[in-house]
Amino acid sequence: MRGQSHDMVQLLTPDGERLEHDEFAFTGTTDDLVGFLRDMILARRFDAEATALQRHGELGLWTPLLGQEAAQVGSARAVREGDVVFPSYREHAVAMVLGVPLTNLLGLFRGSNGGDWEKLETFKNYQIVIGCQTLHATGYAMGLQFDGAVGNDDDADNSAVIVYHGDGAASQGDVNEAYVFAASYNAPVVFFCQNNQWAISEPIALQSRIPLFQRAQGFGFPGVQVDGNDVLAVKAVTDWAMQRARAGEGPSFIEAFTYRMGAHTTSDDPTKYRRAAEDEAWKGRDPVARLTTYLRNEGAIDDAWLAAIDDEGKALGADARASIPQLEDTTMDKLFATVYAEPTVALEAQRREYAEYAASFEENA
Amino acid sequence: MSETLTMAKALNRGLRRALQADPKVLLAGEDIGKLGGVFRITEGLQAEFGENRVIDSPLAESGIIGTAVGLCMRGYRPVVEIQFDGFVFPGFSQIVTQVAKLHMRTAGQNPMPMVIRIPFGGGIGAVEHHSESPEAYFAHTPGLKVVSCSNANDAYWMIQQAIQSDDPVVFLEPKRRYHVKDTVNFSARPAPMHQANIARYGTDATLLCYGPMVKTCLDAAAVAGEEGTSLEVVDLRTLSPIDWVTITSSVRRTKRAIVVHEAPLTLGLGSEVAARLAQDLFYVMEAPVLRVAGYDMPYPPARVEEEYLPSVDRILDAVDRSLAY
Repeated sequence: MRGQSHDMVQLLTPDGERLEHDEFAFTGTTDDLVGFLRDMILARRFDAEATALQRHGELGLWTPLLGQEAAQVGSARAVREGDVVFPSYREHAVAMVLGVPLTNLLGLFRGSNGGDWEKLETFKNYQIVIGCQTLHATGYAMGLQFDGAVGNDDDADNSAVIVYHGDGAASQGDVNEAYVFAASYNAPVVFFCQNNQWAISEPIALQSRIPLFQRAQGFGFPGVQVDGNDVLAVKAVTDWAMQRARAGEGPSFIEAFTYRMGAHTTSDDPTKYRRAAEDEAWKGRDPVARLTTYLRNEGAIDDAWLAAIDDEGKALGADARASIPQLEDTTMDKLFATVYAEPTVALEAQRREYAEYAASFEENA
Repeated sequence: MSETLTMAKALNRGLRRALQADPKVLLAGEDIGKLGGVFRITEGLQAEFGENRVIDSPLAESGIIGTAVGLCMRGYRPVVEIQFDGFVFPGFSQIVTQVAKLHMRTAGQNPMPMVIRIPFGGGIGAVEHHSESPEAYFAHTPGLKVVSCSNANDAYWMIQQAIQSDDPVVFLEPKRRYHVKDTVNFSARPAPMHQANIARYGTDATLLCYGPMVKTCLDAAAVAGEEGTSLEVVDLRTLSPIDWVTITSSVRRTKRAIVVHEAPLTLGLGSEVAARLAQDLFYVMEAPVLRVAGYDMPYPPARVEEEYLPSVDRILDAVDRSLAY
C-alpha cells in the first residue's frame, strides 16, 4: 500500500496470526481481546443502524465509521479516568467505549441539538470544522500541565489528552499550529490520526508526499505508524503514547493506517472517486474479521458467542431505532438562553418577540 | 484614590490586578512576555507572574486563540493579545466558528471566558494591516461580546470586567490613544461594561462614537461649542450588545444623531445604529441619522490616512447638514 511504511507496527496479521514487535507489545489478556471484539462488532452494528436511519430520513447526515473500528476501539481502550478525548466527527466507537450514550450522537446528527453530550468533561463535542479541535486539545493539555497533572511520581495523579483527526486534516493550518504549540510547551497530548486514505474524494497522495507519521519528526516529537486495523497494535501504541504524555514526556503522533470502507458521509458516493479493487484489497484487512479468526483459533470465542453478540447487536439497533422518537428537540427558548452565559437585554427582547409571535399561532389554533 | 495615567499604563495595571485577583487568569500572545508586547501593555507582567501565567506564544494567531479555547475548557480565563488588528484574520475562524458557538452548542456546559485584546484603528502612520477596524465582523457574530475603551479610566476597569465576564469578549484598544493621559479612579465603582457613557452633554445633536473617535468627537464638540452649537457626545463603549437605552434617550432629547467610526461606511456599526434609531425614533427625530466613517476601501497607505479618517471638519460638516433639515 502506498504510504505504508515497513516500520508500521503490527501485532496481528490480517490472517489472524500474532506477531512480535521489538518495541511494542500487547499487554492485555485474551479476555480483554474478547471485549475489544465485542466493542468493534457493536460499534459496526450501531454504525449500520445510524446509516439506515439517515436513509429513512431520521438523521440529517451520518458519518460512517465502517472499517475504522480497530483504530477507534484500540485507542479508546488506552484512555483512562482523568484523560480527556477531543474527537473529530466519526469517533462513534470511541464514544461507545467511553460510555457516552449513543443517543447523544444521534441527537446531533438528527439536529435535535448542537452536541449536548452527557459526558462532555471526558469526551468533548464532535468537531465539524476540520482540525479545529487539535488546538483545543493542545490548549487543554497545556492546562493539565499548568495544573500539575503531568509527570507526578504517583502515576494515578497524571492525565493526558488524546485528539482525533483524519489524514485530510493534516493539511490544515490549525493542525500544524497545534503540532507547533504542543511541541513548544511539551504538552501532554497525543495526536491520533486515522489515515483512512481519503479526505472525501481526495486521496492521501494529494495530501502528503511522505507517510504522515514522518511529519512528526519535523515538529520535534515522535511519530509512529500503526496498523489501524489491528486492535492489539493500536492499543499497544496508544498506551505507550498516553503514558508518555502523562509522564511529562510531551506530545506524540500516531498514524493509524486504516481505510474508510464506506462513504465519507451519507451524502457522498465513493464509487465516483475510487476503484472497486481498492475496496476489495482493504476488505482483506478487515479489523473485525482478523480478530475473530484469532480468537476462534485461540478457542476464546465460538459460534455461540458470535450469535450472542449478534443478538446484542440487534438489540442495540432496535434501541437506536426506538430512541429516535424519544429524542427531544432543543427549543428556541433554550437556544436564546444559551447564546451567552450572561444574558443581554437586546437578545432578551428578541426572545420575547419570538415568544409572542409563537404564541399568536396558539391563540389562533 | 486616583492617578493620572496613559491608557497603556492603565491597561497594564488592570491586567496586573486581574492576574493578582484570580490564579485562573492567563495572558498569552506574541511577544507579550519578555518584550512586554509591541505596545508594552504587558510590560513587567511575565517577570512578576512567571512564564506559565504570561505566555509568549509562537507566531500563530489561530493557535493562540484555539489553544485558549482548550484552556477555557480546563477552567482557565485566558486573555490573548492579537498584535495588530489586521493580523486577527488567521485566528478569525477559531473566533467565529468555535469561541462564539461553544456555549450554545453545549447547551451552556462550555463557557468561553476568554478576552481577545486587539489594538485597533489607524492614525499612527503604520504600514498596511496595522490600522484596521474589524469590529463589525465580531459585532455581527452572535456569541461574542465586543467592547472598546476610549480613555484610561475605562481601560483600567473595562479590561478587568471583560476578564471577569463568563462570555468571550473582543476587547478593542484604540492604539492611537494608548499614550493619552487621563485620571484613573481606582476606588470608584465603575459603570457596567455594557453601558454607554455620555462623555459630554449637549442639546442640538448627538455624536455617537467609540474607541479612537471619542476624542475626535469631543474635539469637534468643543469647536462647535465655540460657534454656539451644543453637541452631545455618547461613547458607546459596548458594540455588542449595544446600549440602546442610553443612545435613544440621548437622541430623544437632541433629535439629531451622527454616528462616527473609522471603519468603512457600508454595513458598519453606524448602519445598525441608524436603522435602529429610524425604527424607534422615527417621529421624534428632526433629521435622518447621518454617518461619518471611513470610505469603502481597504485602509489606505499612511501618507493619506488623514484624508480617510473621520476628522473634526468632516464631523462638523455632518452636524451642519443635520441641523439644516
